Amino acid sequence: MSQAAGANVPQKSIDPKLFTWPSNKPRLLGSKCNNCGTTSFPAQASCPRCCSEDVENCELGTRGKLWSFTIQGFLPKSPPYAGTETLEDFKPFGVGYVEMPGQVRVVGRINVSKPEELAIGMDMELVFEPFRTDEDGTEIISYAFRPVA
Amino acid sequence: MTDVAIIGIGIHPFGRTDGVSGLEQGAYAVRQALKDCGMDWGDMQFAYGGSSAAGNADALVNQLGLTGLQFVNVANGCATGGSALQSAYMAIKSGMFDVGVAVGFDKHPRGAFAVEPEKMGLGKWYGDVGLALTTQFFAMKIQKYMHDYGITDDTLVKVAEKNYANGALCPHAWRKTALTYEQIAESPMISHPLRKYMFCSPAEGGCAIILASVEKAKQLTSHPLFLKAAVVRTRHFGSFEVFTQGQALDQAPSPSVDASQATFEMAGVGPEDIQVAQLQDTESGAEIMHMAENGFCADGDQEKWIQEGYTKIDGKLPVNTDGGCLANGEPVGASGLRQVYEVCVQLRGEGGERQVQNNPKVGYTHVYGAPGLSGCTVISR
Repeated sequence: MSQAAGANVPQKSIDPKLFTWPSNKPRLLGSKCNNCGTTSFPAQASCPRCCSEDVENCELGTRGKLWSFTIQGFLPKSPPYAGTETLEDFKPFGVGYVEMPGQVRVVGRINVSKPEELAIGMDMELVFEPFRTDEDGTEIISYAFRPVA
Repeated sequence: MTDVAIIGIGIHPFGRTDGVSGLEQGAYAVRQALKDCGMDWGDMQFAYGGSSAAGNADALVNQLGLTGLQFVNVANGCATGGSALQSAYMAIKSGMFDVGVAVGFDKHPRGAFAVEPEKMGLGKWYGDVGLALTTQFFAMKIQKYMHDYGITDDTLVKVAEKNYANGALCPHAWRKTALTYEQIAESPMISHPLRKYMFCSPAEGGCAIILASVEKAKQLTSHPLFLKAAVVRTRHFGSFEVFTQGQALDQAPSPSVDASQATFEMAGVGPEDIQVAQLQDTESGAEIMHMAENGFCADGDQEKWIQEGYTKIDGKLPVNTDGGCLANGEPVGASGLRQVYEVCVQLRGEGGERQVQNNPKVGYTHVYGAPGLSGCTVISR
């Protein structure tokens, strides 16, 4: 689920440190502590659990279970929000934590706008897709989750 | 070490006071507290003060008097007021001073709190995609809690209904009109499962508490209250807190659990001894979870407690008797001190229409702030 290099319109990652991009199999990037084994997201230079600086970047999984969720019901304040919706056309969006087994629970948007379609414990998968389009036509790519069909 | 007494309390009404700066609201509260104990600003040996959006608290000396006292500014998020009080507590407890004041005030712009992710060490992307909202955190914490412990939507409504009803009885509250069950239950969904009238709003207000050594207090008043404990604790790795991008698989209790346990230990009492409590109610769910985090009931028992009215003014443990943050709004610098003010009012029996009827002798306060710290007190008479 990606539009990698070769897509028709220019694309850019929302943050090059957040996930591998461009790639045919993009992955979220975290960091793993070589001292205590704790995985962090996003990647950071030291371990928040044991303070060790002996950490290295690692790729996170692409599937996990929904740990908790909400539906963002109103247009977030801008800044910091960079979405281009208006009060008139804003559609609520899901937000949740997905537990990557043995790694970490990752926060992200969920491509669902109705709470009835979400349940704690359900299987979720990662998708990479345009979040918005820059003034020059470049698509800004971010990640999100969706329920596994 | 000396014990610590509360001898004076003062408050500027919470809510919106156009034309009066946050600093002026803080100065008003200090004057009220001085009047309450018959002292002058010149008698204050020290002050700890905080405000998040209304200027530096030490600028209060320009309004109250340039007396040369030790004045330290405190900044600890939503727990700023509790942290100012805890600092003042230590100043007396140490024996270095025998009378001083903790003060907090604020004046926030209307609407949601402004968030700057990069100032908090979070990537810009996080704000860009619409994740830097405190409301989402509160919603996801209670969503998980409801799932795990069987708390219902109905109970969320009833907590808000109680707090607005209490606020309607309280002169310093912002929202003085009780809201009906339907008004709350049918208000717009902000962040599922939490609705508009389940959230507190940024607001304005000021509050001041004058502390003294017990020896000094006995010279000044025949009815001092005693600050038996004041504790602040921060989060451990694995505690679920606001603005978490990657939540650890390790599960740690909230800082409120630590702060609460340390407070009870310091005070030499337990949750069963508390007769009136103010617990941080940033939203309905927070009050529910904080009941258990502070040791007043087991996880899940809140459903029965709320349904049976245990936390109402006439219940067995009245909670947020002045309407809490829901009815008073959230001026970050002042909220934690407002809770202390309210417990003092209740212990003195001066609560008027909102006075609890169990002749309380021991009260408790709990304030929680982003990004994961809690301040608790036990106060007795």
